[in-house]
Amino acid sequence: MKASKKATGAGIVLLTGLCAFGIIGVVVFVMGTIIAGGHGMMTWKFLTSAPAQGMTAGGIFPAIVGTFFLVLIMSIVGVPVGTITAIYLSEYVRQDSWIAKSIRFAVNTLAGIPSIVFGLFGLGFFIQFVGRNMDRLFTPEGQLVWGQPCILWASLTMALLTLPVVIVSVEEAVRAVPKELREASLALGATKWETIIRIVLPNSITGILTGGILAVSRGAGEVAPILFTGAAYFLPHLPTKLSDQFMELGYHVYIMSTQSTNVEETAGIQYATTLVLLLLTFALNFSAIYLRYWMRKRSLQ
Amino acid sequence: MEDEISKIVIRAAAVSLWYGAKRALSDVTMEIREKCVTAFIGPSGCGKSTFLRLFNRMNDLIEGVRITGSVTIDGTDIYRDSLDVVDLRRKVGMIFQKSNPFPKSVYENVAYGPRIQGIKRKSDLDAIVERCLRQSALWDEVKDGLYHSALGLSGGQQQRLCIARALAVKPEILLMDEPASALDPLSTAKIEELIYTLKTDYTIVIVTHNMQQASRVSDYTAFFYMGELVEYDKTPVMFTSPKLKRTEDYITGRFG
Amino acid sequence: MATQTDLIPRRLLQTKPRLRPLEFVAEKMLALVAFVSIFFIILILIFVFRESLPLVIGTASDDIGKVSIKRIFDAAWMPVSNHPQYGLLALIIGSLKVTLVSMCFAFPVAILAALFTSTFAPKWAKELMKPAIEILAGFPSVVIGFFALTVLASVFQNVFHLHYRLNAFTGGIALSLAVIPIIYTVAEDSINVLPKSMKEASFALGATKWETSLFVLLPAATPGVFAAFLLGLGRAFGETMIVLMATGNAALISPDIFEPVRTMSATIGAEMAEVVFGDAHYNMLFFIGVCLFVFSFSLNAVAELVVRQRLMKRFRGSV
Repeated sequence: MKASKKATGAGIVLLTGLCAFGIIGVVVFVMGTIIAGGHGMMTWKFLTSAPAQGMTAGGIFPAIVGTFFLVLIMSIVGVPVGTITAIYLSEYVRQDSWIAKSIRFAVNTLAGIPSIVFGLFGLGFFIQFVGRNMDRLFTPEGQLVWGQPCILWASLTMALLTLPVVIVSVEEAVRAVPKELREASLALGATKWETIIRIVLPNSITGILTGGILAVSRGAGEVAPILFTGAAYFLPHLPTKLSDQFMELGYHVYIMSTQSTNVEETAGIQYATTLVLLLLTFALNFSAIYLRYWMRKRSLQ
Repeated sequence: MEDEISKIVIRAAAVSLWYGAKRALSDVTMEIREKCVTAFIGPSGCGKSTFLRLFNRMNDLIEGVRITGSVTIDGTDIYRDSLDVVDLRRKVGMIFQKSNPFPKSVYENVAYGPRIQGIKRKSDLDAIVERCLRQSALWDEVKDGLYHSALGLSGGQQQRLCIARALAVKPEILLMDEPASALDPLSTAKIEELIYTLKTDYTIVIVTHNMQQASRVSDYTAFFYMGELVEYDKTPVMFTSPKLKRTEDYITGRFG
Repeated sequence: MATQTDLIPRRLLQTKPRLRPLEFVAEKMLALVAFVSIFFIILILIFVFRESLPLVIGTASDDIGKVSIKRIFDAAWMPVSNHPQYGLLALIIGSLKVTLVSMCFAFPVAILAALFTSTFAPKWAKELMKPAIEILAGFPSVVIGFFALTVLASVFQNVFHLHYRLNAFTGGIALSLAVIPIIYTVAEDSINVLPKSMKEASFALGATKWETSLFVLLPAATPGVFAAFLLGLGRAFGETMIVLMATGNAALISPDIFEPVRTMSATIGAEMAEVVFGDAHYNMLFFIGVCLFVFSFSLNAVAELVVRQRLMKRFRGSV
């Protein structure tokens, strides 16, 4: 081989390798700085107490609670809808029909819409349209209960945002159920619906779980959709009804690091809150990945 | 002598089947007799499995399938619009080439069919499970492990489990699509023995590419070739003095 | 052979299909739910557009007077001032600048990294890259924004002696962290699904690994690489939190990438909470949202159409 060819080859390997390892390096660096800056404040007390002294001390318990309720309501709505859509797509419609194509196109489009636009939708539809009309019908004169930012609308907005994640995950699991099992069930005189309920669904539980976990991870991490649909920086008490506002981890980091009055003093808390958020999404993503790996292994047996 | 005693249970008249533009079956006419074992033989791709699947309308699951001619079971045209396919499939059971037990326990596999039919009481289900496992000669091997996963059984045991599972819905006809082709000789022998005992109660149609198996196990044999029914007769006749040369060539192994 | 009670009665084949209302209802209900996604896309379009409608039909107004849609050509974006201005140019340029910086950095890096993993990397490196990319993809954008704001900005300011700590460059580089996993995954995937025979044919002709990957594999994976590019672009253009936190949020128009900018998405994010419901500023922010929606929708449609078409042609025609 000519020497120049060899040299070019080596250069290319070097360049591409640099890029690849550079990425790995950056990941390590980001995680490192956040862990370094935040682990000091990560105490049990921090996680379980409320902020104090104008946010310069205390903990982030309300933000954790708020995030929890946000993803809880989001999952209660989003996971069933996503699961049903995935089942319908793979069991009931022909893959080349216009129904299948339009649903898939809609799901792909949903997946590509910027998260801030979901926030706008939450505001324009859930709050201004549904909420205000609900107030018109149910709330006494002059009061605004549903026609304003609150955890219900924020959760529903998030459910819409994470719908594609659930659908893709569940569809993968449903398709992985071997056709032989379906055939066996039908050959025994079971109906399509019975086959789905008794055979397909129980064997896709891992996929449903994975989808749910990934959705929760997105839901806990995305801040743009809740900027004006329900999140707040300081609330005197925890959310108790669906029409309450809520504190949230990501939102807390954002406000605290950009708009709080003493950015330097709260630096430790910022890092710690970011670390909590990071660890949370980490744990969720890893369990989803592990579940998916385990599911693939099992279906290959 | 069997002709006169056993009645016809399945009648196929001029049946043709197309997968899209490709014709898989051409003008097949034949009859299956009650409580006999009928074997379909022929080289790969000759249409024998496709024809078998007509009897429980499993071909319906494939997109683009078109069927002409008529198939009647017990005098009823099973392709008429008003037929309850789900019910048909209960009455006409199927055993697949590769055993496909559900990833459930042995007990739950057999109980699946009855549960669907609405039987809930445990004592009833227990009785059915035992009866069917005995009928498929599996009871002694699994009776202490009824609640273990069916996937832990050997290939041969799984296939007998699938037979038990099919028996649990009280079919009248059993369709077996190469039930022993994936099994070792010992398990194959057990399955063949089983077929022999089952035929006193059930009409059995078996697809096999193993001619020795067909000659051992069946009362009637049908030879298929390229989508056509070439010859159909009592098994001893087919194997000793077939009427057509093509049949004889296949049976003696000159092709296939 | 009959044992106890014949529990499943033997009967002739039913000649009437047993009415199975459950089946019918179940299928229809499932279909209804499945249409939710289509339903909501249309709703999103309707409702985001609805709140910007007053601008178009001429009923929008602020404290001063009526505001028409032509105001998007105003000189600057200063909606909150004595003489409000609603010019979108600065915001569009801001989005473009940041997207440009991030794509110029993210696209080559991601593609080269994908080339490395699919062609040159030893097994252990591949095993390392996979989780690294997954982790990177899993970083919430607010975390990346925070990292950019506190760490990256200072680093860049020191290294490049920048005047402004938060600017388009810093924001753009931070943005690439979010975009790289998308481009990498799609590109790597499209290289890996190429038939092995292609690689083998190239080797059999005496080509080296790098020649094969650059001149055979990469070109063959063009539809996928193009899709990766479009997806990355869409993500970069629409991202909010990272730019909100790291670009300085000043609606300036300048060719200098080291100056602060305001992107379209950040504008919505920063100002929507403070805006008066129903007035021109509110309508304007929704209008910006419509622009973002239309942009991402078109990008998505192009990616799907072009990629699908080209992929189909290539793989049906050749092999």
